[in-house]
Parts: sequence; C-alpha cells; structure tokens
Amino acid sequence: MTPQNPAPRASVSIVLAGSGGAGVMTAGNMLLEAAALAGYYALMTRSSGPQIRGGEAAAMVRIATGPVENMEDHFHVLAAIDWQNIHRFAAEIPLAATSLIVGDPDQGEAPAEFLKSGAPHAPVNLKKLAKSIPGGWPNMVALGLLAALVGLPEASVMKAVGKSLKKRPDSLAASLAGVRAGMAAAEALPARYPLLPAPDATSARWLITGNEAAGYGAIRGGVRFVAAYPITPGTELLEWMAPALAKVGGALVQAEDELASINMIIGASYGGVPSLTATSGPGLALMIESLGLATASETPVVVVDVQRVGPSTGIPTKSEQSDLNLALYGLHGDAPHLVLAPNSVSDCLFTTQWATHLAEATQAPAIVLSDQFLGQARAVVDRPADLAFAAERVTAPANAPDYKRYALTDSGVSPMAIPGTPGTAYTADGLEHGERGTPSSQATDHLAQLDKRRRKLDSVDYGSHWADVEGEGELAVVTFGSCTAPVREAFARARRDGFNARLVSMRLLSPAQPARLADALAGVKRVLVIEQTHSGQFYRYLRSEYDLPGSVSSYRRPGPLPMRPEEIVSQLEQWSKA
Amino acid sequence: MNANAAAALAPKDFKSEVKPVWCPGCGDYSVLSSITKAFAKLALRVENVAVVSGIGCSSRIPAYTTCYGFHGVHGRALAVGTGLKLARPDLTVLVAGGDGDGYSIGGNHFMHACRRNVDLTYIVMDNRVYGMTKGQASPTTEPDWESSKLTPEGTGLREFHPLVIALASGANFIARAFSGDPNGTAEIIAEAIRTPGFSFVEILSPCVTFRPEQRLWKDKVHDAPVKPTSDPSQAARRILTDDGFNIGVLYVGHRKTYQPPIGKGAKQAADLEAGFAL
Repeated sequence: MTPQNPAPRASVSIVLAGSGGAGVMTAGNMLLEAAALAGYYALMTRSSGPQIRGGEAAAMVRIATGPVENMEDHFHVLAAIDWQNIHRFAAEIPLAATSLIVGDPDQGEAPAEFLKSGAPHAPVNLKKLAKSIPGGWPNMVALGLLAALVGLPEASVMKAVGKSLKKRPDSLAASLAGVRAGMAAAEALPARYPLLPAPDATSARWLITGNEAAGYGAIRGGVRFVAAYPITPGTELLEWMAPALAKVGGALVQAEDELASINMIIGASYGGVPSLTATSGPGLALMIESLGLATASETPVVVVDVQRVGPSTGIPTKSEQSDLNLALYGLHGDAPHLVLAPNSVSDCLFTTQWATHLAEATQAPAIVLSDQFLGQARAVVDRPADLAFAAERVTAPANAPDYKRYALTDSGVSPMAIPGTPGTAYTADGLEHGERGTPSSQATDHLAQLDKRRRKLDSVDYGSHWADVEGEGELAVVTFGSCTAPVREAFARARRDGFNARLVSMRLLSPAQPARLADALAGVKRVLVIEQTHSGQFYRYLRSEYDLPGSVSSYRRPGPLPMRPEEIVSQLEQWSKA
Repeated sequence: MNANAAAALAPKDFKSEVKPVWCPGCGDYSVLSSITKAFAKLALRVENVAVVSGIGCSSRIPAYTTCYGFHGVHGRALAVGTGLKLARPDLTVLVAGGDGDGYSIGGNHFMHACRRNVDLTYIVMDNRVYGMTKGQASPTTEPDWESSKLTPEGTGLREFHPLVIALASGANFIARAFSGDPNGTAEIIAEAIRTPGFSFVEILSPCVTFRPEQRLWKDKVHDAPVKPTSDPSQAARRILTDDGFNIGVLYVGHRKTYQPPIGKGAKQAADLEAGFAL
C-alpha cells in the first residue's frame, strides 16, 4: 500500500493502548504536551482496567486547531503496544473503516472487536524497533509514530519528551531515538491524518485537568482550609490542593471519613476561614446531613462532587450526571442551598471560584457538580480570564450593639461574628433558633428563619453567569455539565445542514432561575433536554421548577460511555424534523 | 498598667442567661460550673474560647456559656472542633458531649481525634444512657440494664471502655472526673486545657431521671491512688483494672501536637498558575 495524501483536518483523535507498565499514559501525556507546544488545542482522557496497578490502559488524545472539550465520534488511529485485554475497552474506542489500527505483529492479531470496524491493521514491530535502541522503549516508538501520523512537528515532540524527562536525563537520548524510529516507521503506513496548521496563539494556554482547575478556582475564590477523604475520581483535586494550599497559607487535613471532612470544614468556616471539600457520589451521600447543618447554622462551605456512575459504588472511574437529584433534593427539611455545574474543563475554575464567592456571600453551602469526565480530562485551554469573584463574608464588628447572629435583615444575610471578636459571642445552631441563635420551637421563629434562609439566595444577583446561552431560533436545547461540549459540537455540525437552535447550558441549578430561563427561551416552540442520566433527572428538575415553552422532549442516557457529537446530531435531526 | 487591660473574668462571666433544658439534679449543671471555673482559672477571654458539641442532653452546653459556641449534628462534634482548631489555632477549643454522641455515633471520630492529637480538650459527660430520647442503652451502659423499652432484656453487650480506647488511640491526656466534685473537676479540666495535644476528660455525670441509681456514684468515687503516669503500659494496666470510679489524671503523654501551618504561605494564588502554563 502507498501512503495517501489526504486533506488536512481540523481535528484528529488517537488512542494508545497497552498493558500495565507499557507506559501508554506517559506517552499519551507527552503527545498532549507536544500538541500544546506546537500550538494546537488538545484533550486527553484515560481508561484503565480494574487492577490497582499494572492493568491494561488506554490514553485517548484528541488534537485540534480550536478548543476541544469532548471526544470525537470515532478515533482515527488506534495504536497498541500489545493487545492484552485491550478488547475490554472496545466500546470506548469506536473506530471507522477509515481509521487505522497499528499493532505489533509479535503481539498477535488485533482483536475482532476492533477489526469489525473495517479499519486496516498495519503491523509495526514496536518492540523490535525499541530493542534495537539501547535502553529504548516501545511507548516512545509509538509516540513518534503517532506524532508523525498526525503531522506534529518533530521539534515539539522532542521538547515535550525533554520536559517530561527533565529529572531522568540518562534516559533522554534513548527516548528521543525511539521517537525518531517511530517517526521513520510511520513512513510505511497506509494512511495519514495530518492536521491543519496550528492557529497563531492569541492568548496564553494552560495544560490543566478539571480537577486542578476546580482546586485553583477554589483558592482564587479564597478557600484556605480543606478537609479531604480520598475517593475516585475526586482525589486528584484534593491531591493538587494539598501542596498548593500550603504555598498560599492554607492547610489541608486528611479526615477519617466524609462525615468528618464535611464537619471539619464547617468548623473551619465557622472560625472564619473559607473552606472546601471534594468528593464523589458516595461521599456526597454521607455529607448530606451535615450540609443541612451548614444551611441551618448559616455556615458557608463548598463541596465539589466529581460525579461518577452510580448508584452505590457504581463504576468509580466513569462519568455520569446522576448525583443531580441528591445535590438538589437530598437535604432533609426545607434547606435552600446552592448547586452549580461547570460545563467545561476550564469552567471548573470559574464555577468553583464563583461557588466559593456565592457560598461566602450568602453564608450557605454550595455543591459544585463536576464529573469524572471534566475532572480527569487533561486539556489545553486558553488561559481563563481573571475574575473578581472572591470570598466576601459579611462579618460583625467587635462589640456590635445588641448583636443578633440570625437577625432578620432585608437581604436575609446577617453579619456573622467570627470567634475571637469581642462582644459578639453566640452559639451557632442546627436546632431551629430565634435571631440570637437560641434554640426555639416556636412557629414564628421557624417561619421567619426559613424565609430568611430562602431570601438570602433569592436576593443575590447571579448576573449572566447562571447559564451559557447561545444561538437563535424557535428550537432550544437545554443541557448542563459535561454534556455541553458534545452538544456544542453537534450544533456546529448540524448548522452546516441548515439546523438552527438555541443552546442553554445551565451553570446555576439551585436556586432555580425561572425568569432568566423564560427570557432565554422566549419565542421557543420546542425544547430538547439533554443529560447523562438514566431516569431523566435534569428533565424532571426542569419540568418541576420551570415553565418550559411548547413541547418538551428528553434525550438521556447513563454512563459509562461519554456523549459523542454524532449521537446528539442524530437526536437533533429526529427532533427538529419531528 | 495598661488602661485597656481587661479585668480578670469570674466563672459567672462565662455562664450565659440561657436556662438549661436539663432535669433538676442532673450532673451536667455541675460540669457546666466546673467548665466556667476552669476558664476563669486559666484567665481566658470569652471571645477566645469556642465550645463545640453534637446532640444530646449534655451537648446543649455551648449556649449555656458566654463563649463562642457551635451546636452541630449528632456525633460530629470532634470533627467540627478539629476543623475549627486547625483553622484557628489561636482559639481555645473545648468539645463537649455525652456517651452516646461520643462513643456510639461519633466513635470513629473519637478514635481518630485521639490519634490526630490536635490541641483541644474533649469532655464526655458519661451517664450511661441516652437521656434526650428518654432512656436507651448507650455504649457504656451495663449489659444487664433492663429499664429500656428498646432492650428490655438488657443489651447483653459488654461496655465500651473509653479511657483505654483513648489511650490506645493516642490521646495525650486522659483523666476521669466526677460531676459531684465541681472544684476537683474544674482543676482537671484546667489541666486538660493547659496540656498540649488532645486531652480527654471522662466525667461521670449522673442521670437522675433515667438512671436514678447513679445518685449513689457519690459514694463510689475515690481519688486515683497513684500519680499520673506518662508510661502507656502502666496507664493501660491501671485503667483496665480499676473499678471505674478512680478519679484523677490517669495519663499525660508527650506526643507532638498536630497542627499544620496555616496563614504562613508566602505565595499569592496567582503564583500557582506557573504549574499550568505551557
């Protein structure tokens, strides 16, 4: 076969797979970095087997000339260092007949699950090529090969490898030789998937995961105390924050369980220090009782829930949006609180920073509903804009006359006395209380404090940040979180065929903003709600809290597979022509 | 003399005007007095003390002081107190509650608070019964106590031994006190607060309503016959073999207090961006 001369493309997707120790994640990260250094945008997600260490793994990388926040419909190249158990990932690695499978013939035939796509299987002796280099590794050969297939400049790849091996200079030469061998081997392959030239960089770019972005957003918002209990896929957020907090004068403590972590941050916040914890569904479930305490005692805290597939232990390493009901409705009693959802990797920064600001301003708990996809995806993004949102808690001055912690103010927000302040000592209470905090079972106090706590959230101006609203027309798609990026891409594609609709991606889920959504949907005749749950939690939330115009349809499906643009395009076609 | 120097506070200055929900004769009244005496003895300021609790009769105590207080949910007082002390090491943090709150629903936090050894004092008013829910067996209730409708045959379970659990888990200060001796208890609480690290004071505090036989505790208690030890094995033997009415400081260790630095970082938030920049 002879290499074709295909038209350069704006986006290319590749997978590098192999068994444990093959170094596919290392090579995948280098590829991501090389793409970034060459001026491209890129996104990497990963899959690994159930083994604690050493199981099969796949690094999935999308490189593009513009920002990318979701995976494509199929991968253009699947390269495997070996095939051990890689077939388990088949559903996550859709291929097309125009894709290319690269495998080492010494490792056997490619699994039927992949070959049935019709994609040709091109043999490359990755291990032999690596062995011909003293100290050479097959993953570096694969890296060179993949970089050449998509046309990444050699200099960027070499620089990325050099950066990654800064602390291991002795293995640099062999790695670079491996990359060169891979690039040479790509010459003989029957297909190429060259990228269009990278755009001129107009702004600084970051390489960041959603978990890191959320952690950094929290620190920018003023969080200086974190209590942490490890849980997939929220752990990395906490691990990133541990050294980061120490640098800026904060502290992180590992708690004995999630019951402790939520109560530790309530204690720290009561002490005047903006506080956060991060978890996933099972941990959020444990924290719910104390989120009610934070609501009743008016202690601001931020909980980032990096959602995974539920219920119960579910599928810890995969994404879903099915904690929505728990976040919105899990608290017992009438307990107004904030629920926000970031809709991209970089938006994890904005939304968590804004959530910190809102929690502090309203002295209420905020739940940030991130998810495994956003949290663990590593992406090249434009440096997010600097934001003014910071922790601004209304506090009581020393010796405030006739101080009442839970005073019934117009806005509902009452000055919070911080321990250490003379003349304003009070007891914060989860028991219903009067204005001074003294426990009360009187109907009048209960109603007054319920109204107060509700009023706090209703008197905030959420501005334009409550949602991203795009497009025009009589059709509208309403979605949230990590479904947003594939919906956006589907819109862009459908527009070429004359499709026209509005897109509303809601960032502020609680308190509901019915007037704002009504404005955004003015004149709309049909609404399609898109979400990644099995039961339509978001659809049901919208139906109960909002008056949606015209006929309302729902497209929902559970995890663990990510939403892809193609499936949404087909939904849009059916729906818009119905 | 500094004209602004605050006058020393008396115990009554630490006592609020909120009327306790406790029954007449409850041991917790005396514990409250002992706590306020200890605060005065240590010349603390009301604004620099935080009293933290969970749920139960004795957990109502924060509002009965004039200090800052936090009355949280059942079983999590130590977690709230830990977060508060770690975030605000300048404060004196006293966590207080009952045997159900601390040893049952909060048992895991008790163990880990001991091993974490944050500089705070934990007082458990142990009356071996759930009083607020009208008389159920707690972890420290005798196995053959048959007066609860929930366990009419008795629990049949051996009692939880908080002192030895505290010792094994790493508490740095362990004492037993009796509410019927407010002055002695005040001394012990003051010493507990003064001692760095996690200080645990188990206070026998009778429930005259659901455990009226506990009125006789006043005849059973006696001073610890030996001086406090810093030797855990000696303390363990003493705690495991005593009659449960041995009053005094039983163990004082030398463990390092856990307190991550806070407020000391030199960098600005924006400096962290370097880690993401290409």
